[in-house]
Formats: sequence, structure tokens, C-alpha cells
Amino acid sequence: MSGNRLKGELKALEGDNAVAEAMRQINPDVVAAYPITPQTEIVMTFSEFVANGLVDTEFLAVESEHAALSACIGAALAGARALTATCGPGLALMWEMLWIASSWRLPIIMNVVNRAFSSPLNILCSHDDAMGSRDAGWIQLYAESQQEAYDNTLQAVRIAEHPDILLPVMCCLDGFVLGHTLEPVEVLPDEVVKEWAGTYNPCYSLLDIDHPVTYGAADFTDYYFEHKRPQWEAMERAPKVILDIGEEFGKVTGRYYHLVDSYRLDDADVAVVVLGATSGAVRVAVDRLRKNGIKAGMLKLRCFRPFPAQQVVQALQGKKAVAILERVAFFGAEASPVFLEVATAFYLRGVSTKLINYTYGLGGRDTVPGQICGVFQDLIDITQTGKTEPIFRYLGLRDF
Amino acid sequence: MAKDELIEIRWHGRGGQGVVTAAKLLAETAMKEGKYFQALPEYGPERMGAPIRAYTRISSQPIVPHCLVTEPNIVVVIDPTLAKIIDVTEGIAKGGMILINSPLSPAELRSILNYAGEKVGTVDATKVALNTLKRNFPNVPMLGALLKATGVVNKTNLIYIIKYKMGATMSREVVEANIQAFEQGYNECQID
Repeated sequence: MSGNRLKGELKALEGDNAVAEAMRQINPDVVAAYPITPQTEIVMTFSEFVANGLVDTEFLAVESEHAALSACIGAALAGARALTATCGPGLALMWEMLWIASSWRLPIIMNVVNRAFSSPLNILCSHDDAMGSRDAGWIQLYAESQQEAYDNTLQAVRIAEHPDILLPVMCCLDGFVLGHTLEPVEVLPDEVVKEWAGTYNPCYSLLDIDHPVTYGAADFTDYYFEHKRPQWEAMERAPKVILDIGEEFGKVTGRYYHLVDSYRLDDADVAVVVLGATSGAVRVAVDRLRKNGIKAGMLKLRCFRPFPAQQVVQALQGKKAVAILERVAFFGAEASPVFLEVATAFYLRGVSTKLINYTYGLGGRDTVPGQICGVFQDLIDITQTGKTEPIFRYLGLRDF
Repeated sequence: MAKDELIEIRWHGRGGQGVVTAAKLLAETAMKEGKYFQALPEYGPERMGAPIRAYTRISSQPIVPHCLVTEPNIVVVIDPTLAKIIDVTEGIAKGGMILINSPLSPAELRSILNYAGEKVGTVDATKVALNTLKRNFPNVPMLGALLKATGVVNKTNLIYIIKYKMGATMSREVVEANIQAFEQGYNECQID
């Protein structure tokens, strides 16, 4: 850690408020949003900042999430820095516009406070929403803590607007688990964030009438395919930019950010891959097992899109067995999204580590360290028997 | 607070009684004392009168997990009717305690709950609330009982936080009544 790292002010903040605080400090040109539990506190708190004159933002209280993202898209086309937030069904209602934001290369920042999809009706945490939109051309970052939710939002602005990237960024935080839980968050001084975020200089603004451009023209068999190519290329460039900005953020704050984050993994025999707030329970489980002489470790994915295949393989190769934990109900594939990425990355690099997949915590079901210890025990069994079936397993699912 | 010590508290109450507020006031007092903390509400369909739970963690070290508390050191039951409906003693850690809003004595409660744990505390927090606040908000008197039973945070600091947080949105008279409610809860709590 840098010796001259900056000390921010410690505040007691819920995850939603920590995000709103980051948005206040970024002072975006436009925020268009529609409230939905458990994201509401972000929009509500930010609208209070607007009402109290603490930001210069044009705040649009729109009629739906489709309109929220559409308004952000319109604002970004006009050259504005635009932010929004949503979750679950709200993200679903934005679906069409997600693809438009990314294909127009608009650096919109959206916090997604992860929430399960109905039905049955559920307002609590699953990663169904963000995982469902994983192929929409947005960069996706996941937070383990309220501090990371705050820090990711600040970094997202720089990542999205980087001239090599120009893609929208989704910052995910577990609904209620982070969104509504009060924790200490180190908040940077306003002037530091102002300097960090800088000013957004759009490359192609519709309002730059000296350099007219067209967005959204009809594009059929002639060039549609070619116009997709820059999106792939921007995603390919993203890992380096995310790492560079994570490093630069670390120099300012002492909190360094990467694509993946390892915990006691170097000499581990068995490992769990996880993303989001459950990483904390995995850390506790790893510590408990290490006390008993079991070499357990964790790999946390901070960045899921683009998928950091190289970093994941580097971190996990040589492990005897690996479990991928996912908070998602994902139907019809052999396993869940992260597992499929890890398995592909391993196969393409000739790594044959044994892999199993757990779905856990759907609809807010709590997952505690004792259950994670059970996962590690399953991995140890696999190292002894060599048998991985069934590949797809449930953690904390009751029989009744 | 000893190094590495983690205190985990589970709050039981009903929607509208200030359960989450109590969990947060305690957490914010911990922050004032330079400790690490979490205040976690366990959300369901939020409605007045429904049983709800909340949790507070306080530690001298950074708090790593974000899951709910399963083995609390302290359970605080803000609503007196809940003890008959749900197992409020579930999972209490060894050496832990339970504090209940009740006009009964700790010995009577111990017998009703069939609880053989180390400490039981009772205070008629509903009566205290009605006397001081003229409304049924038994959360602050139960904070008083908690401070009588444990040194989880400093009493003066908690009073400061109550004044500071409530003072932001409530009249001076209401804040003063809450301090009275806190003091009465503290003084009238019986521990066995």
C-alpha cells in the first residue's frame, strides 16, 4: 500500500447510499431513473441531492425503466455524462435499450442492485438480472462490500469513457445484502472525486453541429455485421483499461482493484469461485478450514464482462478441484454462466481441473460459512474419488 | 472490547416499532467509537405489525461476512408478543443473553422460554414507551436495557447518537422524551 494514501471520511452508509454518494460526487450531467426496490434508495437519495442543490444534474423522474435508459441514451448522444440505476424487473424492462446503449458506444453508468425475477414474487437478491444481460455488450463489475460498490461506481466512469473503450458499465451490488446494510464506507473528499472523474469529452456528440453524425440508421445486409466488430474489439481492450484504472485508483486511495481477487489461493488444493457479497462468507469458510489444515482458497470475480479468462486460468490451474458458486436460476444449459466461462477457458488452454457448479442463495436465501465449508468438503471428496457427478448441484435447497 | 472480539446481536420486533432504527443507532454508536460495524435488516414484505428481524455486528476488526447472524451473542426482543410465537432463543451463542420487553421477571421469562442460558433481562419497555413517548415505540427503552446488560458501546456515546440522529428529523421534545425512555429502560431493566 502506498504510504501517502489519501484518507477519506468514514461514513455509516448502506450500499444504496454509498452509490448515491458516489453519484453526487461525480455530479453527472443527467440522471434519469425510475424507483424499484431494492434500488429505490439510490434514486431517492440522489433526488434529494438534486432538490438540495448539491449537484448540477438534470434529474429526470421518468415513467418507466425503458424510459430511464432511453433518456440516458438521448442525453449521452447529446454529449452528456449520464447515470442511472435499476434492478431485477426494472432491468428487464430496459432490455431493448441495453443493446442500443452499447452499440452506440455510450459510456452510461448503471448500478444494478441485484434482485430476483418473478415468479413467485420476490424482491430479494439473485443475480438473475445482471447475468441475464451478460451478453448485452455492457462491462459488468460486481461488488463484495459497500466500499466496493462506491469504489466501482467511481472507477466505472473512467472505464466507460476511456477512448479505447466507450462502452456502458453495469456496477452490480447484491440487493439488500449490500444495498440495505449499514457499514463503514470511506468516502473520498469531493474535490478528489471531481479531479478523478474529470470532464466527459464525447467523441461524437449530436449537439456538435460542426461535425454532424448519424446514430441509429438502418443497416441491413450491407454493414450491420461490420458495425458489430468494433464492439468486440472494445471489449477485448477493456481488461487492460480496467486494470490500469484499478491501479490508478489504488494509488489515490490505497484500495487497488483488479479483474479477479484471490484469497489464500496460491497453495490451495481446492478452491471456490464466487462473485458479489457472498465472497465474505467464503473468506470465513476458507479461514476455518485452513485452521484445520485444509488448503482451501477463493477466487472472486470482480469483472464478469469482459470475462477475464486468462486471469482465471492463471489463478486456478493446478488446483485439484474447483467449485463455481452462482446466485442464478439459469435454465436449459448444462451449468450456470460463470461455470460455462470457466470450463471454456480451461478447455481452450488444455487445463483439466475438476469443476463442479452450485446454484445458491436464490431469492435472498442466506448462505453462511458453514454451508461453504460443506462445498469445500465436497471438493475434497472429489480429489479422493475422482468423481465429479453431479456437476450441477444446489446449495441450501430444501427437500419438501 | 478485546482484540478480535466480534459481538453479534439479533433484534426481534414488529414492523413500525423501530427495530431497524435500533439496530442502526447501535451501529452508528460503534462507528463513533472507532469500531467496525454492520446493521442488517432481514427484509420480507414490509408491513406494519409483521414480525421482523434485524442484526447488528460490532467488532474491533473489519467485518468480513455479509450473511445473516445465526449464533447471536445477544438477542433483543422488542415486541412482547413474539416470545410466544417464535423461538426467540434460537441459536444463542454460548455465554450469550436474551433481553425481552416484558413486565415479567427474568426468572418467569426463563421458565416460559424454557431457557437455561446464562443471562436473561426484562424490562416493561412498552410501559416505558407509553409513559415517556406516549406512543408504542419500545425500541429506545430496549436500547437502554441493552446498555444496562452489556458494555457493547458506551452509554454516553449512544445517548449522543440518539440525540444526533433523531434530532435531525424530530422536535426537541420528542428527542428529550426518547432520552427519558432510554434512561428508564436502562434503570428498570432486571437481569438474572
